[in-house]
Amino acid sequence: MVKVTVDGIDVEIPAGSNVLQACEAAGKEIPRFCYHERLSVAGNCRMCLVEIEKAPPKPFASCAYPVADGMVVHTDSPMVRKARRGVMEFLLINHPLDCPICDQGGECDLQDQAVGYGDDHSRYLEPKRAVTDKNLGPLVKTVMTRCIQCTRCIRFSTEIAGVSELGATARGETMEIGTYVEKALTSELSGNLIDICPVGALTSKPYAFVARPWELKKTDSVDVLDAVGANIRVDSRGPDVLRVLPRLNEDVNEEWLADKSRFSIDGLKRRRLDSCWVRRDGKLARASWQEGFDAIAAKMAGMAGDRMGAVAGDLADAESMLALKDLFAALGSTNLDCRQDGAALDASRRDFYSFNTSIAGIEEADAILLIGTNPRREAPLLNARIRKAIVANRTKVAAIGVPADLTYKVEWLGDAPALLADNSFITTLKATKRPMLIIGQGALRRADGAAILAAAWKLAAETGMLTADWHGFNVLHTAASRVGALDLGFATGKTLDKMLGGGVDLLWLLGADEFDTAKIGASTFVIYQGHHGDAGAARADVILPGAAYTEKDGTYVNTEGRVQRGQLAVFPPGEAREDWKIIRAFSGIIGKTLPYDTIGALRARMEQVNPVFARLDILPRFGCTDMAGPTASGTIGTESFTPAIVNYYMTDSISRASPTMAECTAAAAPVLLAAE
Amino acid sequence: MLSDQDRIFTNLYGVHDVGLAGARSRGDWDGTAAILARGRDAIIDEMKASGLRGRGGAGFPTGMKWSFMPKVVGDRPHYLVVNADESEPGTCKDRDILRHDPHKLIEGCLIASFAMGAHAAYIYIRGEFYNEAVALQKAIDEAYDAGLIGKNACGSGWDFDCYLHRGAGAYICGEETALIESLEGKKGMPRLKPPFPAAVGLYGCPSTVNNVESIAVAPTIMRRGAAWFSALGRPRNAGTKLFCISGHVNKPCNVEEELGIPLRELIDRYAGGVRGGWDNLLAIIPGGASVPVLNKATCDTILMDFDSLRDVKSGLGTAAVIVMDKSTDIIKAIARLSQFYKHESCGQCTPCREGTGWMMRVMNRMVQGRAEIEEIDTLEAVTRQVEGHTICALGNAAAWPIQGLIKNFRPEMEARIAVYKASKSMKMAAE
Repeated sequence: MVKVTVDGIDVEIPAGSNVLQACEAAGKEIPRFCYHERLSVAGNCRMCLVEIEKAPPKPFASCAYPVADGMVVHTDSPMVRKARRGVMEFLLINHPLDCPICDQGGECDLQDQAVGYGDDHSRYLEPKRAVTDKNLGPLVKTVMTRCIQCTRCIRFSTEIAGVSELGATARGETMEIGTYVEKALTSELSGNLIDICPVGALTSKPYAFVARPWELKKTDSVDVLDAVGANIRVDSRGPDVLRVLPRLNEDVNEEWLADKSRFSIDGLKRRRLDSCWVRRDGKLARASWQEGFDAIAAKMAGMAGDRMGAVAGDLADAESMLALKDLFAALGSTNLDCRQDGAALDASRRDFYSFNTSIAGIEEADAILLIGTNPRREAPLLNARIRKAIVANRTKVAAIGVPADLTYKVEWLGDAPALLADNSFITTLKATKRPMLIIGQGALRRADGAAILAAAWKLAAETGMLTADWHGFNVLHTAASRVGALDLGFATGKTLDKMLGGGVDLLWLLGADEFDTAKIGASTFVIYQGHHGDAGAARADVILPGAAYTEKDGTYVNTEGRVQRGQLAVFPPGEAREDWKIIRAFSGIIGKTLPYDTIGALRARMEQVNPVFARLDILPRFGCTDMAGPTASGTIGTESFTPAIVNYYMTDSISRASPTMAECTAAAAPVLLAAE
Repeated sequence: MLSDQDRIFTNLYGVHDVGLAGARSRGDWDGTAAILARGRDAIIDEMKASGLRGRGGAGFPTGMKWSFMPKVVGDRPHYLVVNADESEPGTCKDRDILRHDPHKLIEGCLIASFAMGAHAAYIYIRGEFYNEAVALQKAIDEAYDAGLIGKNACGSGWDFDCYLHRGAGAYICGEETALIESLEGKKGMPRLKPPFPAAVGLYGCPSTVNNVESIAVAPTIMRRGAAWFSALGRPRNAGTKLFCISGHVNKPCNVEEELGIPLRELIDRYAGGVRGGWDNLLAIIPGGASVPVLNKATCDTILMDFDSLRDVKSGLGTAAVIVMDKSTDIIKAIARLSQFYKHESCGQCTPCREGTGWMMRVMNRMVQGRAEIEEIDTLEAVTRQVEGHTICALGNAAAWPIQGLIKNFRPEMEARIAVYKASKSMKMAAE
């Protein structure tokens, strides 16, 4: 620790920090454009200039100057103010004053700081520079004339996203940011460029000219389009969700958000189920809630509990799943499944099905083995963490699976499951202190999934991944609902496979679209409760319109087992209602009223079912002392691993309904074709 | 005046044999092993005692620079980097060393590398210097063949490799950290300092970047002793220096002279005087395009060394003396320099990227007089806003010529504006 005095305030700060951090510690705000906590220091905007005593009499860029013990810094001296005004004037001479038509307006660093350091008139009488806009694909809109060359975007894409696609060409005044050869960005994290751009050079293409930030209602929520559980802020105006932005959570998503989570929201306005539908004479017809409920009640009357089954979809909230489970218990059925892809998840112990190391814990790992997973497509934010660990700690990564570009160096061992028992990376795993493995759904959703899970656990136990203070066994999920469903015991009785083909006479699909609905028995009565007219709804006999994740208060458990809550940002469209309320209402119709009238009471019941739901947001780290593994059944086959997700941009009913995601799919088509 | 036996660059004009045999006949590679045998510290102490200041422009003491390198070679190797990216307008001294006296440089590389614990030296040569690169490479090959460098260089037991790297013609790559970036294969943009190259330089390893001339004089200093070198010149401005005299003189030339020689004597003795006589002199830029211009009154008496020129708010720079007689449009001359800096700004940091273009455009209008009188003050203010606010010194270099112009020739600028205004109002009256 060194002692630094900033404007007369003494602060203690770790040696190796920069002056800007010392100023922040002293509570002094330093204007900056190029400096970003999570990126390398560029020191090129020159806005963060400060005066340092006993140094040459010139201003220093505080972001790039290391602190020294006894340093005395002035952040508001006449020299500093003059210097910052000068820099601001330079930034503005070639920056178009088009704030009225700029989407960054209201949340623009340049605009804000110009209030503090800008002049009320310009001394620049020469022609302004104009720069050709670049086409960076369907997500990021460019107005390059507004660019102030801070290079945050270059550093983000190179350092965090791991794709060296952006760079600066030419020099001096004519320096331009771009891809050199025009191409769409191939990163799943490209939307973050919009957030880190301090001006309006990079803005959201789908959100262009849609709204001003001050018109928006901001609701804290949780993302459900993958199993990472990124913390988001839903910006809405009236009934419309207009954009989704990341919210800071160091343990989960830091301050980043994956593209699908950010841009598929236009799917929330399309193909929505906004009223009940009942199949009459083979055709679905609009109906009232009463008619819908009556049709189901009539079918249920006299049916044996064992002939009914329920399947929870990938986007379902924990509340509705518990309500559905309780309803089926009341009906005498235990036929519940949440594993639409047939993944052989063992729900007998929580660490058999969760990401035990935790996402932040990846940074502590020194060797990682990926099994049947492509984290770049299945969880881009988690992939960014792996990359971060590699950059910071030179973590070694090897993988069993289909080779792909994960944005970092991976040793591809092969794609045969037999490699689990014997591979060249085992020596490395044994030699390192904190090894971990990540097993993906691609490895588990096969006939021999259970054997593979057991083999993976065995590998973890043998290579020192399971110790009293380190748990290196990790299951990477792709569905936001999956861990919560398993926590609630939503995987009992007949499996989905057994329910199909006439295994049950009544099938309740809670937003379940990710399986082959053609396999449902012809005579099975299907109830689809959900928000999008996707595969499940097409097969349904009764459709109950539910709420999407932005339209309800819901609890979600991410792949780590972290319990998080989203909040209602807008109301569900039309007749649609929050899902747990639909189930609660229906339970009353059939005389098996569920014992909760408020979401609070339902949540109390959730905590009763599994105490993990009492611990919101926080995830304690734990080791592993019980080495007994999941039950192995059968033997491992010889079939190669296949990827769990082929098209990152379309994995669920929301993203499939999104025109933006369709554009992304088209833009990525050559890449996808190459993958197949 | 420098006597012939005190000259270091005895083949500056290339009249003698450039090859190894010729170089040896002039004393190069004589007893190099014995110099190395004196040890690292002795060499650095000798360089410090000689008072040699860096010949690239900034004038930082060379011996001290060498001493900044870590004393012990750790897990990262040390490197010597020689800056042969001579692009300063008006400067052509390194070029003559490279093509006519390359062995002085190569021997200097060996001695300097040994003194800083480096087994490799990289010479970064300006891209346009094609013939010079060929000549230098030939000399390097000769030195390798003769066992002067390479494994067990000169039989000293020290392994030393010398690599020549050609630049691609960007002025900014003459800035030491931009040069390192370029050498690493990246875009030539200056790095933030600290860390300085002596701590984190080429490929992240401790490195020292020296000018060609600074390195090339080292062997002679080691042979003849620090006392001899420091006796030349003036206190704190020791030794000899190559001066490049160009512009409106009768005989433009490169010449080696003692530091502290009066500017007028330098021009009269070696360059055949100013075209049309000394009284026809308008102004002189004493040290390459980056330093402020001097008016005639200053030129009458000024001594050519670091401190004297700094005292008149100019600088020795690379000692490229650019002479302008009264036929010169001084505003246009400086405007041309502004254009140069605008063209060569790397674009990394804001004040230089935006400021050089602004200054150039205003200067272009000043040439015509198409401006207001107050804009001279604005221009001055803009140069102050660039100066000292940038990552590297290119911002300062772009600002200083204009500051020199305004300081020394403000009446001319105002007169130009008045003439333009008058011509415009006459035109309007005629219409």
